[in-house]
Amino acid sequence: MPELKTIGRKSISFVLNGKPVVAEVEPRMLLSDFLRQELGRTDIHVGCEHGVCGACTIRFDGRPARSCLMFAVQADGHRVDTVESLATQEGALNDLQRAFRTHHGLQCGYCTPGILMSAEAYLEGHPDPSEAEVREMLSGHLCRCTGYVGMVRAILATAKARKDGKAAAE
Amino acid sequence: MSAHAGAGKYLGRPMERVEDATLLAGRALFCDDQPTRPGTMHAAILRSPHPHAKILAIDTQAVLKRKGVKAVLTGKDIQAETDPFLIVLRKPMDQWALAVDRVRFVGEAVAVVVAEDRYIAEDALDDILVSYEPLPAVIGTMDATKPDAPLVHPLVGSNIPSTRHFTYGDPDKAFAEADKIVELTIDYPRNSQTPLEGYVVVADYRPDEKVFDVLSNFQGPFTVHPVMSKALRCKGPQLRLRSPAYSGGGFGTKQAMFPYIVLMCVASKKLGAPVKWVEDRWEHLTAAIAAPNRVIKAQAAVKKDGLVLGLRYEQFDDYGAYLRPPMPGPLYRQHGIMTGAYDVKNMTITNHVVMTNKTPSGMVRGFGGPQIYYSLERLMQRVAVELGLDPLDVMRRNLVPRGSFPYRAAAGALIESGDFQTAIANAAEEGGLADLKRRRDEARKQGRLYGIGYAAVVEPAQSNMGYLSTINTVEERHKAGPKGGNVAYTTVSVDALGGVSVTADSLPQGQGHATILAQIVADELGLHPHEITCNMERDTQRDPWSIATGNYSSRFSSSTAVSGQIAARKIRDKLARIAAQNLNVTPDKIEFANGKIFARDNPDDSIRFSRVAGTAHWSPSELPDGMPPGLSEIGVWSPPELEPPNDADQINTSLTYGFVFDFCGVEIDRDTGQVKIDKYVTMHDSGKLLNPLLADGQVYGAFGWGVGCALHEEFAYDKDGSFLSGTFADYLCPTACEVPEPIILHMESPSPLTPLGAKGIGEGNCMSTPVCLANAVADATGAKDLRLPLSPSKVAALIQGDEPPPPAGQAKAALPPMAGGRGLVGEGSTLVPAAPEAVWQTLIDPKSLAKVIPGCHSLDLVGPNRYRAVVSLGVGAVRGRFEASVALSDLEPPKSALLSGDLLGPLGTAAGQGKVTLVPEGGGTRVSYAYQVVVTGKAASIGGRLLDGATRLVVNQFFKRLVAQTQGGAPGGALFWDGIKRMLGIGS
Ligand code: FES
Ligand code: FES
Repeated sequence: MPELKTIGRKSISFVLNGKPVVAEVEPRMLLSDFLRQELGRTDIHVGCEHGVCGACTIRFDGRPARSCLMFAVQADGHRVDTVESLATQEGALNDLQRAFRTHHGLQCGYCTPGILMSAEAYLEGHPDPSEAEVREMLSGHLCRCTGYVGMVRAILATAKARKDGKAAAE
Repeated sequence: MSAHAGAGKYLGRPMERVEDATLLAGRALFCDDQPTRPGTMHAAILRSPHPHAKILAIDTQAVLKRKGVKAVLTGKDIQAETDPFLIVLRKPMDQWALAVDRVRFVGEAVAVVVAEDRYIAEDALDDILVSYEPLPAVIGTMDATKPDAPLVHPLVGSNIPSTRHFTYGDPDKAFAEADKIVELTIDYPRNSQTPLEGYVVVADYRPDEKVFDVLSNFQGPFTVHPVMSKALRCKGPQLRLRSPAYSGGGFGTKQAMFPYIVLMCVASKKLGAPVKWVEDRWEHLTAAIAAPNRVIKAQAAVKKDGLVLGLRYEQFDDYGAYLRPPMPGPLYRQHGIMTGAYDVKNMTITNHVVMTNKTPSGMVRGFGGPQIYYSLERLMQRVAVELGLDPLDVMRRNLVPRGSFPYRAAAGALIESGDFQTAIANAAEEGGLADLKRRRDEARKQGRLYGIGYAAVVEPAQSNMGYLSTINTVEERHKAGPKGGNVAYTTVSVDALGGVSVTADSLPQGQGHATILAQIVADELGLHPHEITCNMERDTQRDPWSIATGNYSSRFSSSTAVSGQIAARKIRDKLARIAAQNLNVTPDKIEFANGKIFARDNPDDSIRFSRVAGTAHWSPSELPDGMPPGLSEIGVWSPPELEPPNDADQINTSLTYGFVFDFCGVEIDRDTGQVKIDKYVTMHDSGKLLNPLLADGQVYGAFGWGVGCALHEEFAYDKDGSFLSGTFADYLCPTACEVPEPIILHMESPSPLTPLGAKGIGEGNCMSTPVCLANAVADATGAKDLRLPLSPSKVAALIQGDEPPPPAGQAKAALPPMAGGRGLVGEGSTLVPAAPEAVWQTLIDPKSLAKVIPGCHSLDLVGPNRYRAVVSLGVGAVRGRFEASVALSDLEPPKSALLSGDLLGPLGTAAGQGKVTLVPEGGGTRVSYAYQVVVTGKAASIGGRLLDGATRLVVNQFFKRLVAQTQGGAPGGALFWDGIKRMLGIGS
């Protein structure tokens, strides 16, 4: 890693939701703050800034990551995805998002974007999870409103629908 | 189906939410996402590291010299610009938005820095020098009631600013006639549902109009609005509070942000620019709010068959350092319903308000209910145990009898409808209670620890705003004039093209109020809910005033929703009259459906909804005679049943009363003490359900928090006042692995008091679940005294007794024990490639030692082997500058030394000692160390895991530097992570 001075700005470029971003940032700026405050993203939230709640979860080169535990400079040369990346077409919700709505998987919705990022990444690697596995995956997130029931159902239903859809397509 | 049934095409059905698309796309604008004016400055708050101290001086000179810093405010500025907050009790307990002269809890706001961005503002806090004179603190609730306790508010002369005694029926006779008196003392902990989004305030003072324009996620909007405007010395309309439509959870807690609103208003006024403040998690957990912890001494006078003749409660409700309005609400909010689901006519209640050096208490979901039902339902379980009866039989024997509704409870609640017996019978049947009992018997046969718990709760909703006046005596109330009621407002407007919009007073925080209003209005106007636009923002300068509006006491279903229907019906009536004229029928024949208006017996001859709306706007001359123009109607709803307390101190504290009955099975791991929820059934009679999908959502959510309260969550304090739960790694919220899916059952006894027949449903499980789980643990273990949260260590102690001391061989010889705070211990060793003499020289020479200590700014010799150091320390979310004093003793050059020291700074204090031994090894030196540090204040709140990790990091850095130093050079770069205390430990 290049050595950084604590003052001054560093220029970075990375790919956010498929589009290039070029910016100058202070080395100490958190990635979560950069995304929210400098880029105006509203699809990641900050709930603890110490890596426990998961509200700030993004996908970093495809893997779920806590953006509050990263500096913006670490994104340099990488790929970052937020909820916007889920939309299959401009402005539409994908099947997972729709399942959250059907199963009342959110209330205040503050935890939701982070959870969607983890769940989407998880389903890519685990197309047929059990309820216990989904709960285990969700344990990296805190939701204070819902008691988790709706989102567990939504994720399981999405996995099943995707599997059935695949089976039907084959 | 009752005449009140609200079911329509949409209302009463499980509909998806109209709010969700925006939230799921991540495009909802929460408060922090809202645009601010260019030039908006950012605030950071300096907070007290002490639970109780005098502020001797605050030096802010250095702060203003920092680049980017615009202003700094202290208590003096606040005193000059504001009046102290009004409080419910007339007692000399002044409180301001910043501490004045004295701090009374760890985390109390002491100063504010306003700067160009939040990073600069937070950095600048380091430069504020506050001199404190620590005072003895009182933390334990019962400790505070002792005659020699330190006084939190000396002018009050006592830590109990209010005591009231109430008698209902003839309790003396009941207790004299009892076969047995069953007693229990409850110590209910502090907790809060801690929304994921913290407080956000943007204040913009407009000098020309003298208006404080505030955007915040305050959940008022009018609760305590007068408290704020009085403090700011302005008229109500000059304090304009705006709240966005989306809020990241509230659960009552976002009422307690009002001191920060006032604080940012003053900052904006002083600076002449908008000021924004975003609370962080540490601030929220430490200083925002907690439900009051409560000690309850409860007694039941019972007959042999389990009949309860009378109850006695003595309650000590702990409000922490300040009584912020509407405190002491939780002590009185449930007053009318203190007998719960039981027909008990004789009762005494003694209520004490207690002050301690903890975070001020405030509104949290359940609002006194969790505390009350914990004591009542634990007591019922004890009655059964002590009489050798089945707990459910005891509960049944005492229920309010079937057919006795409306039922007036001893302390005044008017339970308007219900059938508790049927609810319990249905729950037992549909929930499989008999099966669960077999499961328990089976488990016990195998020697496993298994228990069944029950809880019955009467769930109140829509508070009577007069409840808090019960704290005053009858004479005081006569003087002040009666207080009661609860008013709700909704406005429905239709534009010239038939577009329908709704605004309402409820300030939702995730409950889905917009969806239900859309369902109600759509039903009335024959439209689809997605055609109704609900704007849930609020603006106190434009929206109608009522102290009752906002989001609390599960009021929406029985108040705002009703006003929504009233407003929609006014619109409907107008449109029906216009259409009737065109269709040549009388208005009572008119129907609305599918965007059309038509006569019931001639549906083919219809007019489009939009067309009729257009007529109302564009052709006033065609309006029926006497019809006022315009299509914007306000629905106002205030139920008459909410009367002020009467002269017998009876108060109907709520409008509606639902019923919740829960039972559960838990298994306890004998080795770990972990409580596993095997099965949980929760039966709700909440009257008519407006949207069953959302109603269940409320139950799941309240249940989730109930599990947290029962097993995980507590704001913990050390005896010395240190706060120990400042991160989500310390304040443990249950995850999806800890919250099982409960089985929800419903029954519908409509409320005759509200036109939609709906009662509340959002708080029942906050009250029932903690005690239901505790009762199951009691059943499994036979324990009487259970203190929540039932963490594995506590439960293990219950079933195994206290942990035995480690066997002699494993005991650490190390260091004498130290008292108080959060203790950290560690040991280890490292090989340094230099002779012991060289290492020794490095350690005792102040110049070289300064280079070895990570983050050390200066190190001065102040006496023989005594040093004073200034060091920067940062652990996780907290950081600051410390002054440390360090002494070396027991010197055995070049073999060993004992190092002791303490440090003082904005993060609190630390004291530690460590032993260092140097042993030659292979041409170098093996440096071994053992340290022990006690941390208090802010640093203590960030918890073991972070502190331990940071400690190890600092220890490693220390030794890296030691290696480098003994080889004749310092390691490159400034290392800024340091945990001084460690160092003290290590350095030793
Ligand atoms: S904000 Fe990043 S984990 Fe909580
Ligand atoms: S929906 Fe509010 S935190 Fe999850």
